[in-house]
Amino acid sequence: MCLPKEIQEKPNAKDVRVDVLIDPKTNNKFINKKGINKNMNVDVKIATRESYGKKLVELGKVNKDIVVLDADLATATKTELFKKEFPNRFFDMGIAEQDMMSTAAGMATCGKIPYASTFAVFAAGRSYDQIRNSICYPKLNVKICATHSGIAVGEDGATHQMLEDISLMRSLPNMTVMSVADDIQAKWAVEEISKIDGPVYLRLGRLASPIIYAENQKFEIGKGIQIGDGTDATIIATGLMVAESIKAMEELKEKGINIRVIDIHTIKPIDKELIVKCAKETKRIITIEDHSIIGGLGSAVCEVLSEEYPTKVTRLGMKDTFGKSGKAEKLLEYFGLSKDGIIKEIMS
Amino acid sequence: MKITDITELKKIANNIRIGIIEEVYAGKSGHPGGSLSCVDILTILYFNQMNINPEEPKSPARDRFVLSKGHASPALYSTLAERGYFDKKELLTFRGIDSILQGHPDMKHISGVDMSTGSLGQGLSAANGMAMSSKLNEDGFRVYCLVGDGEIEEGQIWEAAMSATHYKLDNLCVIVDNNNLQIDGEITEVMSSYPINLKFESFGFNVINVDGHNIEELIDAFNKAKTVKGKPTAIIAKTIKGKGVSFMENQVGWHGKAPNEEQYNQAIKELKQNID
Repeated sequence: MCLPKEIQEKPNAKDVRVDVLIDPKTNNKFINKKGINKNMNVDVKIATRESYGKKLVELGKVNKDIVVLDADLATATKTELFKKEFPNRFFDMGIAEQDMMSTAAGMATCGKIPYASTFAVFAAGRSYDQIRNSICYPKLNVKICATHSGIAVGEDGATHQMLEDISLMRSLPNMTVMSVADDIQAKWAVEEISKIDGPVYLRLGRLASPIIYAENQKFEIGKGIQIGDGTDATIIATGLMVAESIKAMEELKEKGINIRVIDIHTIKPIDKELIVKCAKETKRIITIEDHSIIGGLGSAVCEVLSEEYPTKVTRLGMKDTFGKSGKAEKLLEYFGLSKDGIIKEIMS
Repeated sequence: MKITDITELKKIANNIRIGIIEEVYAGKSGHPGGSLSCVDILTILYFNQMNINPEEPKSPARDRFVLSKGHASPALYSTLAERGYFDKKELLTFRGIDSILQGHPDMKHISGVDMSTGSLGQGLSAANGMAMSSKLNEDGFRVYCLVGDGEIEEGQIWEAAMSATHYKLDNLCVIVDNNNLQIDGEITEVMSSYPINLKFESFGFNVINVDGHNIEELIDAFNKAKTVKGKPTAIIAKTIKGKGVSFMENQVGWHGKAPNEEQYNQAIKELKQNID
């Protein structure tokens, strides 16, 4: 098993790695022998943008069709790693996201597999029309890998905190929308989307986040992951909120409340089956996302349940408001996008 | 196939114009003005310049064409039909629900269309992407992109112009269909994009000014563009909106309107006279 470098460098590396929450043998079964909260605090955190940058280099070595475009943010999106390794296949398009998206589309018509990166607010927002008309309508093989999503961007504040990207991207025909929860899942997704023939929007984060999954965890596009099997409530989460939900689950267990967490890494196509199953098996459904409650994961879950198995749903997320400047962790706490926010909702 | 006979090329252009009128009349909708203005440019590209084969529309080594001003789809469709990409009968289905010939070019369903376009300002970036791929693979194909003089009011065109010179895309040739009219009136009244040639020059392009209806001048310009190394070429083609149909020429009202039966008959009559 290949451990992340950060772990390898530490003494007693294997002891440090207690952040494995998924049992690879039984798949999806939560390992709850250890106090996860405590472990989460000592674990090694990695931002999914880092995972993206590293995996992209590995992918570039085996797939020569992969080209990478960035809009003057290569140091932040971590595509600089690919640039260093494959300068001929890296294209800095300058501060011109619209041009970048349509250029990527043109490359895709010639058989390239372009990974186009910038911050989520500029990817999904500024170049929405280019993504719609130049990429999605002709179903071109462009992978939009957007970092710095959500209020977890932190200090840059509202103008840079993209809260509507899932909403915008999932309404586009032909688009696959993904939002990953940790390093392991992010690396899997970066490679897996290269195998899909068509556009993908992959939502990545700036903030370092706990490693949730084992190296050999199996994922499948369109299939959510059930963690735990409590029946008092289901927390349906995506991205950064998956780890927070797991922490909440552990703490609630001590209070005698047993919930389960569903990690929805593929928001479109969404795992209807799993959502309906959990609605049937548990008393409450709560969704949580570092995104607007309008049009995002919460809305997607509501769409499924209202048609398939009408259930009351509580949506946690950004409630029709812009973000603010501040430390990411404090902002998440401030807007209730945290373990405590989830517990508060469940206890209410 | 490379046609060099000027009379023959003029005849082909006239046939393409007839096709445009047939399409727009059959579809009772479409953009005849800006389609008629770019016909001679398309004729030269598809019958004299581009390395293409309708039998192999997806051949990786083919030259590419991007109609960035996608609303001139009747011109592109008529050209492709004339060149043999699909049956001319298809033209009469233009803008119908089940037609492959959608209002704006759809690369997924139309043989010979290299890029879906319609939302103005995006085609040049896509053409750049193709030219960059050509260089990366050393495929050696050339990329042509037709933009409108109104379309270049879109900011993305100038982002793309920057990229084209930054990446030294000498395999790229952009043609500006300078018919001087846009929906709300003359370019100079609505939002002047002039001086177009100086703008492209300042962005680092090799610029060639031509009469966009002069077959010899167009051929000469495209040939010259091929010899320029290290930078892309912009051909600024002075054209007449509605060219070839007397009552449509230089009339802003014919930007996006279909002729009635009487107008249709008149237009076809005028164009057929050119053949005889």
